[in-house]
Amino acid sequence: MKLFKRLVPWILLAFAFFILPAMANSELFGFSQFRLNLFGRYFSLAFVALGVDLIWGYTGLLSLGQGIFFSLGGYAIAMHLLLVTKNDFTTGANGLPKFFENYGVDNLPFFWEPFWSFPVSIIAVFIVPSVIAGFVGYLIFRNRIKGVYFSIITQASLMVFYHFFNGQQKLVNGTNGLKTSTTEIFGLVAGSDEAQILFFRITLILLPFAYLLCKYLTSGRFGDSLVAIRDDEPRLRFSGFNPTPFKVIVFVVAGGLAGISGALYTVQSGIVSPQFMSISMSIEMVIWVAVGGRGTLVGPIIGAVLVNYLRSLVSEALPEAWLFVQGALFVFVVVLMPDGIYGWFTKGGFTSMLAAFGIAKKTATYPKLDFDESVQEESFKV
Amino acid sequence: MDLIFSQLLDGLSIGAVLLLAATGLAIVFGLMGVINLAHGEFMMIGAYVTFVVQNIFRPLGGFAFEAYYIIALFASFIVTAIFGVVLEKTLIRRLYGRPLETLLATWGISLILIQFVRSVSLAMVIGIAVTALLGWVLNKFLPLPLKQASFASYLKGSLWTVAGIIGLIAISTTASIGRFFSNPWFGPRNLDVTPPKWLQGTWGSIAGIELPGIRIFIIILSALLIAAVVWFLTKSVWGVRIRAVTQNREMSNCLGIPTDSVDSITFGIGSGLAGVAGCAITLLGSVGPNLGGAYIVSCFMVIVLGGVGNLLGTIIASMMLGIIQSIIGSGSLLIAFPDMPNSIRSVVEFFATTSMSYVLVFIFIIAFLQFKPTGMFPQKGRSVEA
Repeated sequence: MKLFKRLVPWILLAFAFFILPAMANSELFGFSQFRLNLFGRYFSLAFVALGVDLIWGYTGLLSLGQGIFFSLGGYAIAMHLLLVTKNDFTTGANGLPKFFENYGVDNLPFFWEPFWSFPVSIIAVFIVPSVIAGFVGYLIFRNRIKGVYFSIITQASLMVFYHFFNGQQKLVNGTNGLKTSTTEIFGLVAGSDEAQILFFRITLILLPFAYLLCKYLTSGRFGDSLVAIRDDEPRLRFSGFNPTPFKVIVFVVAGGLAGISGALYTVQSGIVSPQFMSISMSIEMVIWVAVGGRGTLVGPIIGAVLVNYLRSLVSEALPEAWLFVQGALFVFVVVLMPDGIYGWFTKGGFTSMLAAFGIAKKTATYPKLDFDESVQEESFKV
Repeated sequence: MDLIFSQLLDGLSIGAVLLLAATGLAIVFGLMGVINLAHGEFMMIGAYVTFVVQNIFRPLGGFAFEAYYIIALFASFIVTAIFGVVLEKTLIRRLYGRPLETLLATWGISLILIQFVRSVSLAMVIGIAVTALLGWVLNKFLPLPLKQASFASYLKGSLWTVAGIIGLIAISTTASIGRFFSNPWFGPRNLDVTPPKWLQGTWGSIAGIELPGIRIFIIILSALLIAAVVWFLTKSVWGVRIRAVTQNREMSNCLGIPTDSVDSITFGIGSGLAGVAGCAITLLGSVGPNLGGAYIVSCFMVIVLGGVGNLLGTIIASMMLGIIQSIIGSGSLLIAFPDMPNSIRSVVEFFATTSMSYVLVFIFIIAFLQFKPTGMFPQKGRSVEA
C-alpha cells in the first residue's frame, strides 16, 4: 500500500506523458489538441505555484509579486524566439522582429543582444528573474520588512514592472506584448500541434525536477530554518541565526521557478504581455497554492491544475460567473479550509469529518480529556 | 511657472483623494494589523452611490439637483461604512491574528464586488434575497438535536449550499421573465457623473492663475475630513478607545474597552472614508467597476512611506506622491525649464509619462526604506518587534 502511494504520482505523470497526447491525436473521449494545450499550460503554472509555496507555505512570506519573475521568464524566451525566427510573420523588413517597424526602431535595443544565442536565453529564463528577486529581496529583507508590509511592497513593485513594460513600446512592444505563436523552434512552428505536444512533454519532464528541488530544500536543516522563520522569527533570531540569507535564497529560488514557469507558459499560450504582471494574476498564484494545500509540495501542483481547469470550465459555460466563483474560492479556502485540499486529506480534516458523522473513530490528542463525559459537558456549556 | 502651479494644484487634489483613501486604510492597519484589499472597491462603491444619488435628484432639477453632491457625500460615507461593518463582522473577525489570510480573503471580496457591480440586476437581487432568507430560515428551524449534533457545522454548510442553489435557480427564472428583471443596472461600461454647476468653472484667481473649482473643492473637502478624523481620534470617547487599542490591545481589553466594537467602528470609519474618496473621484473622471484598482496601489505606497498609525506621515506622503506623479508624469518640467542640460533632459523625458512616474516613485520609496524601514514617522514604543 505504501509503495503504491509512492508510485501514484509517477503513474499519473507517465499517463499524462504518453496517453494524453495520443488521446488528443485521436480525439478520444472528446479530448482535443486544445485541451491538451490547456493542460500543458496548467502544468507549467504548477512551477510558479511551487515557488509560491516555498516562500509562503514554508517561510510565511506572502509575495504578491511573483508575476514579475513569471513574465521576465516569458519575455526572455519570447525575445529569443522572435530574434532567431526568420519568416514573414515575425520578421520585419530590416531583419528585426516586426513590431519594431511600428515604432520606427532601426537598431536592436542593447539588452536584446544576448538573446541571439539559445543557451544564453535558456539560462536567462531563470537567471534574470533570480537575480532581480535576489536584489529586491535583499533590499527588503535586510530591513526586516515582513508580514503585510512585505506583501504590499511586492505588490507595488509588481505594479511598477507592469507600468514599465506597458509604457516601453519601443523596447518590448508595450501593451501588445510579444507574440510567439508564429515563431519557429527546433524546426517547428511554435503554434503548431507537434510543437505544442513537445512543450507539453518538456513541461512534464521538468516538473518532477522542480518538485525534487523543492523537496530537497524543504527537508533537512534548511527547510527547518524556513519553517522556523514562518512560525517564530524572533526566536530564530534570538538563538543566533540570521534569517535574511535564508529568506533571500528562498525568494531567489521561487523567482527562478517562476521564470521557468513563465517561459513554459508563454510558448504554450503563444504570447507574453504585461497582463501577466497584473495584480490579479499574482494573487491567483497564491490561491492555487492555498486551494491545493500550502506547506505541502503536492498541494501546489494539484491546486494549480485544478483551479485553472475549473476556471476554463466555468468561463466556457458562464463567463460572468468566474469572478464570483473565484472570489468565493478565496474566502472559502481561507476561512474554512486553511490546509487546502491535499492538507485536508492528509492533516486530519477528512477523518474528523468522517468522525463527526460517526463513520470513523474519533481521534484525540488527549484521549482522557476528549472522551471524559464530564469534561465534554463542561466545554459544551462554555 | 503658471503651468507648474496648475500642475501643483492637480497634484494636490490627487494627493487629497489619496489621503482620504489612505487614511482609512492606515487607521485600520494600525489598529488591527490588517490590510483591506477591498478598500479600492469601497471607493468604487462610493462612486456608484454618487451616481445613483445624482440620478435620483436629476428629475427634481433646480436647486435640489445643485445640492445633490452634498447629499451624495453623506450617502457614500454611510453606505460604504455599512459595507465595511458588515465585512468586519462576518469575515475579518474570523481571521483575527492572521493578517496574510485576511489579505487574501479581502481580495476575494473585492473580486465579488467588482463582478457584482458589473452584473447586478433585479433578478440577481431577488436571487440573493431568496438565498439569504432561505438559508436563515432553514438553519433557524433546524431541530435542536440536529443543531447540537457533532456534524452540525457540515449540515449547516450543506443547507446554505442548498439555499444558494435555489437562489441561482431563482435568478435564472426571474431573469427569463423579461428585460426588466435581467437588465444590469450599471453594466461593465464606464458611467459619467456631472458635477453640479457651482463646482464647474473657476473659483476666482490668485495672481492671474485661475483656481479650478473642482480641485479646490476636493482639497478643502479632504482637509475638513482629516480635521474631523483628528478631532474624532483625539477628543471623542471612541477615538480615545481606538487609540488605546491601537497601542495595546490586551491591556485595553483588560481595562474594559470593548475591543470588538472598536474594531467594527474603526473599520466602518475607514471604509466610509474610502467611500467619500470615491465620491470625490467622480469629479475627476468617469466611474467604472475597475476604478478601485487604479488608486489602491498608490494608497499602499502612501502607507509604506508614511508609516503606520501616524496621520501626519500619511498626509505628507500622499501629498508628495500626488505632486510627484502629476508634475513629473505630465512632463511639465520640460516645458517649464526648456534650457536644462541635455543629460538631465533625457532622464526627465524618460520618466515623463504617468506609467514611468510610478516607476520613479517606487524607486524613491525603496531607496527611502533603506534608511527608514518603518516609514517617515515610526511609532515610538517599547514593544520588541525583532
